[in-house]
Amino acid sequence: MTTAPLPLVEQFQYGLDSPICLTWELTYACNLACVHCLSSSGRRDLRELSTADCKAVIDELEQMQVFYVNVGGGEPTVRPDFWELVAYATAHHVGVKFSTNGVKITSEAAARLAGSDYLDVQISLDGATPEVNDAVRGPGSYATALRAMQNLADAGFPSFKISVVVTRHNVSQLGDFKAIADRFGAQLRITRLRPSGRGADTWDELHPTAVQQRELYEWLLDHGENVLTGDSFFHLAAYGQKLPGLNLCGAGRVVCLIDPVGDVYACPFAIHDSFLAGNVRNDGGFTRVWRSSQLFTDLRRPQTGGACRSCSAFDSCRGGCMAAKFFTGLPLDGPDPECVRGQGEPALALANAVSVPRPSADHSHRSLPGTAVPISIGRRPDRTCDENPLTDFSAV
Amino acid sequence: MSTNAAADTTAPPFDLGAGWRLHPQVSVRPERFGALLYHFGTRRLSFVKTQTLLRVLEQLATQRSARIACVAAGVDAGQMQEYAKALAALAASSMICERS
Repeated sequence: MTTAPLPLVEQFQYGLDSPICLTWELTYACNLACVHCLSSSGRRDLRELSTADCKAVIDELEQMQVFYVNVGGGEPTVRPDFWELVAYATAHHVGVKFSTNGVKITSEAAARLAGSDYLDVQISLDGATPEVNDAVRGPGSYATALRAMQNLADAGFPSFKISVVVTRHNVSQLGDFKAIADRFGAQLRITRLRPSGRGADTWDELHPTAVQQRELYEWLLDHGENVLTGDSFFHLAAYGQKLPGLNLCGAGRVVCLIDPVGDVYACPFAIHDSFLAGNVRNDGGFTRVWRSSQLFTDLRRPQTGGACRSCSAFDSCRGGCMAAKFFTGLPLDGPDPECVRGQGEPALALANAVSVPRPSADHSHRSLPGTAVPISIGRRPDRTCDENPLTDFSAV
Repeated sequence: MSTNAAADTTAPPFDLGAGWRLHPQVSVRPERFGALLYHFGTRRLSFVKTQTLLRVLEQLATQRSARIACVAAGVDAGQMQEYAKALAALAASSMICERS
């Protein structure tokens, strides 16, 4: 264009009237107990939004022209009204991309999914082999995911997504993941492990090493065009070359999270009171939270950059991921814990001397026989509603 | 999200003389900087970086040709090739299609 507009990154820093897309977690209930679960899911929360509450949110999203929502959980498909809500959203021009471990993706469900343009599905898989996957996601979860993929492929679902959280143990399997995706006519999506939810307890052992980060960056440069990343590796741009995508933290500016009880957080990886902007059940609903909450207004102000300002890579990585810093105890205007210039390690050593913030909500299973749910210190006490999360849910 | 900034993609020459329209599966959301386009079929997002290009898109379906739509939106002769390039990128990602 002749008139030189502000670069999009600058535009987005100051926020939009409506999110570009948002993550909506429909339930904290889950049949699995993944050791890195970003929302510490397991047990349903009795305060979760009702069907009518959810439809009211969808009405607002339609009015705000939010093109699609990323639906997750917990395991969203265990809500008995899941398909009803999906149908309602798509009838109201709000597309649905949902993440699932595959437990309810029967051949019948796959056939139904294949019939709609407004629906997209991503199956979570965190290892290209059962050993690597099940160590993180629990016994049998690899087989469940692969069965779901087979059902989708058999139903002719075009290009569903396989969603991988990159860890120290699966980063060497990226080529194998790609091969699995190709086998099913699916698209690979890889995202960054954050120290959020139960990930706060496992991040130290699971996050890729510095050497592995470099390998990941090279791999993304070679394969990035055909692999989705949800823009989550923008901290790697500090190696030199920009990666495909916006390379911007969109928290509270172009993205946000609605959690199962209707709380609105700046991003799905920031479930903590410090990033809680409001609740969709309050006056003015989601629209008001998005447009005028104090927290989101603050996040849309120009950021200082703090200690990172003088770094030559600041324009590329912009200090990295807010949630990753917060849950490792680092200052928000300092380096990312996985800073590729090596500023993270000394900062972490300093931060570990003091106390690190804990995720605010914990809906983990108290125990689930046969799974390795890590024990941690400092958890808040379990509440009285500790029941089997699937008790209230009927089969679809 | 998959992104695809409108004017940044290389694409074959664009037929300004033909009639065009938005793809029926595309939604347009006006923004301060221009607009967001979302294609529900390909699930791709595009950014329209100026108000003028948004006006061109709004005129496409009702004007006889893309060139007339551009003129109606206020594009002058000197800018026409730039707009043809932006439209070519949108055509390459199926955001707009030729009217039959």
